[in-house]
Parts: sequence; structure tokens; C-alpha cells
Amino acid sequence: MKQSQSQMPKKDFFAPVKAWKFLGKKPVTIEVPNKVKREASERYRGFHINDWSKCIGCGTCAKVCPTDAIKMVEVPGLVQEDGKLPQRPVIDYGRCSFCALCVDICTTGSLQMTREYIHISDDPEDYIFMPTEKGIKAKRGLYEHGKAPLGWVKDKDSDLLDLERVLMEMVEPQERVRSFIEIVKGYSKEQAMKEAARCVGCGICTYTCPAHMDIPQYIESIYNDDLEEGLRWLYRTNPLSMVCGRVCTHRCESVCAIGNRGEPVAIRWLKRYIIDNVPLEEYSRILDINPEKKGKSIGIIGSGPAGLAAAYFLATMGYDVTIYEAAPRPGGVMRYGIPKYRLPDEALDKDIALIEALGVRILTNMKVGEDISFDEIAKKHDAVFLATGFGLGRSTKVPGTDHPNVKQALPMLKMIRDFLRGDGPKPPVPKKLVVIGGGNVAMDISRSMARLQMIEYGKVDVHTASLERTYEEMPADMDEIEEALEEGVKFYPGWGPIEIVIENDEVKGVRFKKCIRVFDENHRFNPQFDEEKQIFLEADMVIEAIGQAPDYSYLPQELQEKLEFFRGRIKTNEYGQTAIEWLFAGGDIVHGPDIVHGVADGHAAAKGIDLYLSSKE
Amino acid sequence: MGEVKLFFGPNHPGMHGNFSVHMYVEGDIVKRARPLPGFLHRGFEKLMERRFWYSNIALIPRICVPEPDINEACYAMAIEKIAKLDVPERAQWIRMIILELARMANHLMAVGGIGGPLGLYTASHWGMADRDRILDIFEAISGARIYHMYIVPGGVRKNITPKIEEMIWKFLEYIESRFDDYENLIFKNRIVHSRLKGRIILTREHALEMGVTGVGLRATGVPYDVRKVDPYLFYDKVDFIVPTATDGDAFSRVYLKFQELKQSVRIIRQALEKMPQSDKVNVPISKGSALRHRVPKGMAYAHVESARGEYGFFVVSDGKNKPYRVAVRGASYPQGLYGIEKYLPGTRIEDVPVWLATMDVCAPEIDR
Ligand SMILES: Cc1cc2nc3c(=O)[nH]c(=O)nc-3n(C[C@H](O)[C@H](O)[C@H](O)COP(=O)(O)OP(=O)(O)OC[C@H]3O[C@@H](n4cnc5c(N)ncnc54)[C@H](O)[C@@H]3O)c2cc1C
Ligand code: SF4
Ligand code: SF4
Repeated sequence: MKQSQSQMPKKDFFAPVKAWKFLGKKPVTIEVPNKVKREASERYRGFHINDWSKCIGCGTCAKVCPTDAIKMVEVPGLVQEDGKLPQRPVIDYGRCSFCALCVDICTTGSLQMTREYIHISDDPEDYIFMPTEKGIKAKRGLYEHGKAPLGWVKDKDSDLLDLERVLMEMVEPQERVRSFIEIVKGYSKEQAMKEAARCVGCGICTYTCPAHMDIPQYIESIYNDDLEEGLRWLYRTNPLSMVCGRVCTHRCESVCAIGNRGEPVAIRWLKRYIIDNVPLEEYSRILDINPEKKGKSIGIIGSGPAGLAAAYFLATMGYDVTIYEAAPRPGGVMRYGIPKYRLPDEALDKDIALIEALGVRILTNMKVGEDISFDEIAKKHDAVFLATGFGLGRSTKVPGTDHPNVKQALPMLKMIRDFLRGDGPKPPVPKKLVVIGGGNVAMDISRSMARLQMIEYGKVDVHTASLERTYEEMPADMDEIEEALEEGVKFYPGWGPIEIVIENDEVKGVRFKKCIRVFDENHRFNPQFDEEKQIFLEADMVIEAIGQAPDYSYLPQELQEKLEFFRGRIKTNEYGQTAIEWLFAGGDIVHGPDIVHGVADGHAAAKGIDLYLSSKE
Repeated sequence: MGEVKLFFGPNHPGMHGNFSVHMYVEGDIVKRARPLPGFLHRGFEKLMERRFWYSNIALIPRICVPEPDINEACYAMAIEKIAKLDVPERAQWIRMIILELARMANHLMAVGGIGGPLGLYTASHWGMADRDRILDIFEAISGARIYHMYIVPGGVRKNITPKIEEMIWKFLEYIESRFDDYENLIFKNRIVHSRLKGRIILTREHALEMGVTGVGLRATGVPYDVRKVDPYLFYDKVDFIVPTATDGDAFSRVYLKFQELKQSVRIIRQALEKMPQSDKVNVPISKGSALRHRVPKGMAYAHVESARGEYGFFVVSDGKNKPYRVAVRGASYPQGLYGIEKYLPGTRIEDVPVWLATMDVCAPEIDR
């Protein structure tokens, strides 16, 4: 020890004293908060703010929070609406670790952090706080909105959501327009599991889905690679999952929380993935449906989605179900309307097979009002469910529409499907076609005819005109419009027909005038035209696709008088019960406009019928 | 004179964290010593199994308060090994800057902090004040001064702006201008020499036997530094030396830290110069939201040279969205547990805090 001390050079003896030079310097210590208000850094992770005009109450912040500091609390006064849950995050600052993971994952970007880091209160409750856009001090009136400076906010680097969808592979336009093969290829297991991992499980979609499907639950089943569990979730609310997994209007996706900043989760394709990958033979084991027989029978008219769904749920409750269907095959629009390239027969067959396996009888070629009277059905069953859909086409009724080469979309689509499955003759294929209409049915017929033209003549010559002046205004889905364009369909948005030009008894084309407005100030359909501006589109066939209407002629007159109608639709209560207590209705004739509404109606009516019959006991 | 039992910590200003040493002394001489961890009640490793891969970044920095970033780095690097992630180059350089700044913050606290047990409080104040300048930088980069939660599996959470780079350059210049002051005040100080030189020696055999790394081992002449023996990030692309000493005493250990400060300055300068400009500073662990990131089945060990020696995370994944097991190799485990029991006896009472300080015993690392 002595030795090492003596190693210290003599000249260093006073070295430490040099520190005295600091005596005269300004101290570096600052007195916060008494003398100095120290501004935190730009990225500071201080107390939260939450912009309620953006927050959707999805609760993702609470899920990611590693300290369980966030609780979702229902806020009185907020109401459940599409895309929003009536709850907001409450943060317990006794637990919060100020990690900002909640900010980085927030689906809307409403949650942010401020540079506020001082909060003094003798009330412990003050540390449990529901942030608004005003921040923690607002409560005590210390800060007006906007004054608490922003700290940590999410940027593209720190974002913890996955905003991009797993791409769905499709058949290329040049290839698909030559046949009616299904366009969408479906997800592989790997793709589906990846897409399922994007979901945050908030369930906002469930509220918006007309059938209130257990969407987050079945997506989680995919994430966990448990398709049997997934199938059980699907069948709780939707026995037409295979169909819906392909052609549902997917309103759920329009409210998906991820859609606030990115591409919504591909809910529809995920549903399809489950059904495509569970073999039909396994269904009965997985779903394990063994109801006790009730000894009561229900008659259903129409085998579209509403009729089939009602049949399924009634059968699972133990009712004896018979469906009367006018067409040779069951399925309604799914069988005879929607084109094969979107919904192949096999998909529908799989859904119907399970329903039949439950003992549901489907009597086809049995048109009520012709092959069997309504009264007979009413007599045979304890309750009757009407699901006859909108089977009649509407016409523009402009001069010339009575020509045989001016067709309606529905019968044409039916003819095409029948032809493709070998049930009927080849439909007439025009060299030049004009389609009138801007909705999805117009897309279906345009694209189907484009395919037939390609097969027949090697080129597409379809011209589709609509009143709506832009693609955005057109009621058709943007995907449909884009795909039609890719397949060679030409669009004429903003034109209304004046007349079908007929020469020598042959259709020559259609004259149109410019549409300058479709809806009036009250959002009512009330088109206005500039008569001066006109175009002529050549055609040897015209197809009208401007809407469908119901046909109630099978219902006896005195019964029709007892029913209540509103704009062509039958009025019912929430259980599909009409003004006649044993008569229920659903699908397009009650709500419309799509399959999943039909499924929801079928489910509601099944519950209603069960309630009605149980109450009679 | 009979044996007396004295408690050093957990409530003692000279104690490093929630830890205590039970000393059985005769006169001023420690006869037996027993380390007592267990005041933290955290169970970090177990907690990690219950949290998403990503959410764990809020927890792990807490395993070492003075140098939290090594936890983030090891955790991230182990996951990246299992998931075979390609971390953007800029993020790797940024991580090096963070880790060296953290080393400096830690060493400044340790070098200045030696003033605590020795009564040289000016040194402690300087160390703390200068460390605060680093915390300012951390605050600018990560939004927090102590628990940065900034290095994440896949990269870092946010990019470093030119303004922040400027801040770092300025700090390096400043701290260099201070080295002479530190040298004069501490290392040319008779009292320091008499308290530390030739005292509390840990020999090479003992260090190797216990598994001591870091300055404890390097002070015995073994140039073991993970940055050199198993370079991670871009440590193989920068010039720096690993200072060593041969005395194995307390003085060597503190002086090595002081010299390492200068090496860190070199490393950070090179990193700032070599770092490519890029918008991309991370890649996701896997497709999906952070609630559902999955790490493929597998296991990996990732280690770094912390301010206290070799520090590592062993991570096991069973393919789910949470870790199956995480085990931490705390660098101060050997000297903090075995070392106290085996090598404190024979030293004097006033040597005990010096052991803890120069050996960098960090309680949560042991009690994890
Ligand atoms: C071309 C086209 C494409 C469409 N595409 C989609 C789509 O992609 N996605 C979507 O969600 N929705 C789509 N829709 C809408 C959807 O098909 C309908 O909303 C849905 O089919 C309505 O179901 P429903 O059960 O009420 O009736 P329907 O499906 O119309 O079924 C009614 C059934 O009742 C039968 N029937 C009628 N009268 C009698 C009688 N007197 N006796 C016996 N049986 C009778 C009919 O033959 C028919 O089978 C489309 C509609 C059309 C026309
Ligand atoms: S994640 Fe964002 S939008 Fe969702 S509840 Fe939390 S703060 Fe609101
Ligand atoms: S900052 Fe971190 S700990 Fe605090 S509420 Fe948000 S997620 Fe939870």
C-alpha cells in the first residue's frame, strides 16, 4: 500500500485543488418547478390526451398496455353506432409506465402524449383519469384545449398496427374474361394466419354486420389455427358462410378499426378460408347438432338466403321444416342471379347440403300459387315464413323497351347460369351490347356478357351507361367497376336513356341525354337532365338493370289486405312477425338489399317463430 | 472483542438499489458477509412470459436502472436471431450510439460515484450533472430520461433527427473537455489512492473462477470484452481499444471505467459518421399488429458488453405471441452473490461499499 502511494508523482499533490476553479461558475442545478418551468423534449412521454372526436372506443390501447393501466369504461351519453363503441379509455397513473405503446397502437391516432410531466394532487383519485383532448390539467382548469404541448405521437416508424392487407391473389383479367372460372383464389393457410394477425379483436364489426357474426372470435380461431372452433363461431349466426365468404357485401370491413388508418382486415376472405378448409363430412361432428324434436312444422316459401337461414335455425331448434321453391334448384338469387365467376355452384351446394342433412325438406319446382296454393301451406304448418325475394325486373319504360331484344338483367343472368351448368340453352350473344344501370346487378350482367362475347367472338363490346355521373356516385362497388374495366367493359356515367332506336324492327342502339343531377336536396331520387347534350350508343341488344321488384301474386287477396306494406316491402316486428301472428317474412321483401340481411332476417324469424309457438303452448 | 452483526442496506445511502449485505464484523474487519437480494419482488423473467413480445419492452429496462438499454438490446437481438429479422442498418448504428451513451451515463455515475464511499462529494456531483446531459439526449431520442423503451425487436422505435445528432456531437465535445477535471480531482487524489490502490483486490484466478467479467476481469489483465470477442451490431466496424490493468484492485477498476469513457466517445463519433441516412429504422417482428406478433419456435442467446460485464438474454419461443421463457444473465450476479460471501471477509467495513461500487453490483439483475 505504501508503495502504491509513493508511485503518485509529487507534482500531482495539488491536482484535486484545481476543482476550486468551479467555485466562481454558475451552478448547473435548476430549481424545478419553483423557479424554472422546464419544458420537456419534443418526444416526451408525458400524460395522455385523447381526441374523442376520433376515438372509437376499440380498446386496443387497453389490450397492449403492459401494466394493465387502461380500463375501457362505458360513457353515459355516448351511443353505440357503426364503427364506434360507447366506451373510452381510463388510465390509472399509479400503474402507467409511460411506455406509449398505447399511443403507438391506437387504431385511430386519437391517443397521444403531452410534454406534461408534473401533476400534484392530494386526492389519489386524481391519478385515475379519462383523458380527453384537453389533457390531465383540464380537470382542474389549468389548461385550456391546445395548451398542453404535444409530446410522443405515433409516426410510421413507431406504428404498431399492420396497415397493409395480405394480398388476395386473383385470376388475371385476360385469362378470366375467357371463361367463368372463379376470380378470387382464396388465402393459403399461411396467408390467412398472417391476415388474421392484423385483427385487434375489438368487435366493432360485429355490431355493423347485419347478422352480428362473431367476427373477432372466428378470426382469432384462424390465428390459432383452430378451424373447427372457427366453424362453430360461424354457424352460431350464419349457415351461409361459404356464400358470404365469397360474395357478402362486407359492411363489417367498412367499419373495421384498422380501416381508420389502413386497409381493413379482409374479414370476408378469412370467413371463406375457414369454410374452404373444413371438409363437409366433418361438419356434423364439429357442430354437433342434436336437437330434441318439437313436433311442430314450419313452412317456408322461397329458398334464397332468408329462407335457408330460417330453415337452418329452426331445424337446430328441433322444428320440422319444409321449403317450397318455384325454381328447379334451391338458392334463389345465389343460384340464379350472382354470376358463376363470383359464386360457383359448389360453394352454394356445400352450405345447402348441411341444411338438408339436418332434415330440412326442400321441394323444388313447387311454385306457390300455381303448383300448390298458399292456403294449403297455411293449413299444413304451424307457422309460415315468406322469403320470396325481389324476382321481377324493373324497366325504364322508355320507347322501344318492349322490343324482344331489350332484356331484363335477372332472366338473362338466370339463363347464363342455367346454360353454364348444363340446365338450359345458350343465351343469345349480341355483337354490341348496351347495359343500362350503375349498380352491382349491372356489373354482373355486363361482365357476364363480356365473357360470352369473348368466348363467341374473341372480343368484348359492352357499353354500360348510368345516371350517376361518377364512379363514386354509382351504387356498384368500386372493386366491381375496376374489374369490369379490366375486362374491357366501357362505362358512360351520367347518361339517361331517351329511347331505344329501332329500325326495320331491329335494335340499333340507345339515345341518351346528359344527367346533371340524380338526387335532389332532400336526397330523393329525382334526376334532372340537360336535354341538349345527347349521345347515341350503337347496340344490337339492350339489357336493363335498374332494379328489382317483389311479386306477391301468390298471396291470397284477403291475406294481402291484412298485411301492412311500406314502399313495396312487408312490415314486420324485430322477429319478422307480420300483422298476421303465424305469418313471418324476411329477406328482400322485408329489408334487403343483400344476402347477409336475408340471413339475419332468417335467424330473427326463427327466434320469433320459436317464441310464438312456445307462447302458444 | 465479540462478533457484531451490521446491516448495510437496503436503506442506506451507500447501497446500490434494493439490496443488503449482512456483515458479521470483529472490530473493523468483516469476518463473514451475506448478500441479501429479494427486496424487489418483481419476478421479471416470469412476468415476461405473460406479456406480448412487444409489450415486454416496458418491463425489461427495469432489470437495470442505471443502464436499462442493454436489456432492450439483448432481448431484441435474441428475438431477431430466432425470427431471422433483417434489422435496418441505420437502426444498428443508432443502437450502438444508445448503448455507448448508456455506458457513459453508467460510468460517469460510477466514476463520480466513488466520491460517495470516499467522502469526495464534488466528484459525485460532477458525475451526476454530466450524466444528466446524457439523459437529456435520451429524452430527446426516446421521450424518457431513464427507461427509454427505445430499442425494440426489429430495430428502434423512432429515427434520430439531425437536431439530435447535433446534440450528441456537442455533448461529446463537452465531455472531452471535462476529462482533465475528473483526472485531477479523482485519479490524482491522495485520498483516493490510499483508499483504492492495492485494496479490495480480486485476483485473476478468483475472477475466472466466479465468472466475473467486465472491469472486474479486465483489471486483472484479461482483455475480455464481448464487443471484441463476439462483435455484435457494428462493433467490428469501428476502432477502439479495450483498456486493461494488472493490479486487480479497486483503483484499477474505477480507472478502467474512466478510460472506457474515452473509448465510448471514439465509438459514438465513428457511428455518427458511418451511419447511413435512411427512413427505415425497424422491421416488424412478424406480419400483424403488435398484439399478435409471433416469433417462430426456437431459442437464442444474445449478449452484449454492459458497463458491468457480459450481459445476456436467453430467449425461448414456442411459436406463440408471448415468450415461452426468458432467462437473464446479469453481469453482476457472480460478484454480487458469490463475491460478497467469498471475498469480502478479511476486508474492512469501509471497503464494503467500495466493493459494491467498483464491482457494480446491480440488485435487480440478481433479483430478477
Ligand atoms: C344479380 C344480383 C346480384 C347480387 N349480388 C349480391 C352479392 O354479391 N352479395 C349480396 O350480398 N347480395 C347480392 N344480391 C342481393 C341478394 O341476392 C338478395 O338480397 C338476396 O338473395 C335476397 O334473399 P331472399 O331470400 O330475400 O330472396 P331471393 O334470393 O330472391 O330468393 C327468393 C326465392 O323465392 C323463390 N320464390 C319466389 N316466389 C315464389 C313462389 N311463389 N313460390 C315458391 N318460390 C318462390 C324464388 O324462386 C327464389 O328462389 C344480388 C342480387 C342480384 C339480383
Ligand atoms: S386505441 Fe385509440 S381509438 Fe381505440 S379506444 Fe384506445 S384511444 Fe380510442
Ligand atoms: S403509456 Fe404504457 S403503461 Fe401507460 S397506459 Fe399507455 S400502454 Fe399502459
